[in-house]
Amino acid sequence: MRRRIGSAAVALVGALLLVSLFLHLVPGDPVDVMLGEQATEVDREALRRAVGLDLPWYSQLGVFSRQLVTGELRTSLPPFQRKVLPAIGTALPYTLVLTVASMLIALALALPLGVAAAARRGTAVDAVAMGTSVAGVALPRFWLGPVLIIVFALKLDWLPVSGAESWRHLVLPALTLGTALAAFLARMTRASMLEALREDYVTVARAKGLSPRVVLWKHAFRNALLPLLTVLGLEFGTLLGGAIVTEKVFAWPGMGTLLLTAIEKRDYNTVRATVLVFTLCYVAVNTLTDAAYARVDPRVRRRS
Amino acid sequence: MSRFRLSSWGGRFGLAVAALWVLTALFAPLLAPYPPDRVDLPSELASPGAAHVLGAGENGIDVLTHVLYGARVSLLVSVFAVALSGLVGITLGGIAGYAGGWVDEVLMRIVDVLLAFPGMLLALFITAVLGPSLANVVFALSFTGWTGYARLARGQVLTLREREYVQAARALGSGPGRILFHHLLPNAAGPLLVQATFALPGAILAEASLSFLGLGVPPGTPSWGALVDQGTQYLLVAPHVALFPGAALALTVLGFNLLGDALRDALDPRHLER
Repeated sequence: MRRRIGSAAVALVGALLLVSLFLHLVPGDPVDVMLGEQATEVDREALRRAVGLDLPWYSQLGVFSRQLVTGELRTSLPPFQRKVLPAIGTALPYTLVLTVASMLIALALALPLGVAAAARRGTAVDAVAMGTSVAGVALPRFWLGPVLIIVFALKLDWLPVSGAESWRHLVLPALTLGTALAAFLARMTRASMLEALREDYVTVARAKGLSPRVVLWKHAFRNALLPLLTVLGLEFGTLLGGAIVTEKVFAWPGMGTLLLTAIEKRDYNTVRATVLVFTLCYVAVNTLTDAAYARVDPRVRRRS
Repeated sequence: MSRFRLSSWGGRFGLAVAALWVLTALFAPLLAPYPPDRVDLPSELASPGAAHVLGAGENGIDVLTHVLYGARVSLLVSVFAVALSGLVGITLGGIAGYAGGWVDEVLMRIVDVLLAFPGMLLALFITAVLGPSLANVVFALSFTGWTGYARLARGQVLTLREREYVQAARALGSGPGRILFHHLLPNAAGPLLVQATFALPGAILAEASLSFLGLGVPPGTPSWGALVDQGTQYLLVAPHVALFPGAALALTVLGFNLLGDALRDALDPRHLER
């Protein structure tokens, strides 16, 4: 566990360095972008000092990191210098609710589909399930979202178009975000189930005269779940990235919306902080998945 | 490779879609009914009809024209991004696997850092900082995309490096560069090719996503993602603006995924067992 946290920390520090270096290597003066090219030299100098752009990059990085950790970090635009962390604190739960909901939807769709396809391998059920899954992976979220809006919000009027006032607002965004994962997971579940169904313990269970259903769910399925756990952890990153697009489609007030607004306003402190919090979430989930895997599978625990 | 035949239905469909996509991109100016920057205010947001087969968008731009030209942007960006990230990733991964030691350690740490960013967040950040342009999108996608090839090439080199033909080449006095590029990497070509085939639809989707977010191609450039972005504002009055370019994109991605599946099955028959 200590080794895992160590490499997660290395990755995070690297990410912080990379993000800060990029902002410095960019040609052009950020002050130009913030104030416009016609601003006076006095104003530019004042802004540069106020935002700390007069310091060398490593000092800026130090100041940024310290402010981020202590919560003192403010938006880079002086007229409305507000603290960044409260904005992230408001947005983050929205993104987490969206990703977790879409993950649950994906699991609810993928597990039965994948198990059914594996249990009836080579039949029409298998073909339909895998055909749907191949198509589902190819659907871009920023297209599926509008299609769902047109059908369920504009034509049928069952659900709201956008916003985040109630659980009904969550349905379409979560479905949009979760469909690709559901399609991918269904394939993984099928492959994992087929592997498990070939094991000796399944043959033994069948020979004992257990019912096919018990063999399928109690013996094969429980063992097929293990490899899926790792996939789920890794796919969480794809979901976080996809959340940015999904949030834009549905005007969902999460981290993606915060990031895109900050990019538009050239508020680089918020951009940097948002990117890092996204990365922190992903690295944390991956580390936890590793740990959970070790806990569930004794073979892995002994090795690490 | 000589056994390679795309006998499956999916593979043939994928090949057809790929051919259609390349031809559309090449001949967009001949196929398109209008120039892409043509403004036609009276038919702004017009529904599909005789003048505009797939309807019109903001300022009366022709949706069909933008869908056809959009294939061009998508082809340019994805092919260059896949080629560049493949070149960098395979070279660095090969070197890491063959050299081992601290070189391997440093390169794999860099890969770890790049993989710590979820999804396309880093590519998004890079284009946001550098500004929207085709070159910047290619750079952003390559900067983040080489890690997959690097890991794969490294793994392949690690399994191949002690093979007899490599030892023979070493005994004959071949240097590390020759062994890596003439003996190891050509023998790892199959899996790397499959990786590239799957990376292509990924890059197509990434360009469209960045353009949808307003962080890809410059404003006004015909791109499927940008057109869907424009269309989402008019879902009630003009759903065709978002629907058609999105369908073109979904079809292209589907085709390349199927082609990749077929290629993998052909090159790695063990996979079929599963």
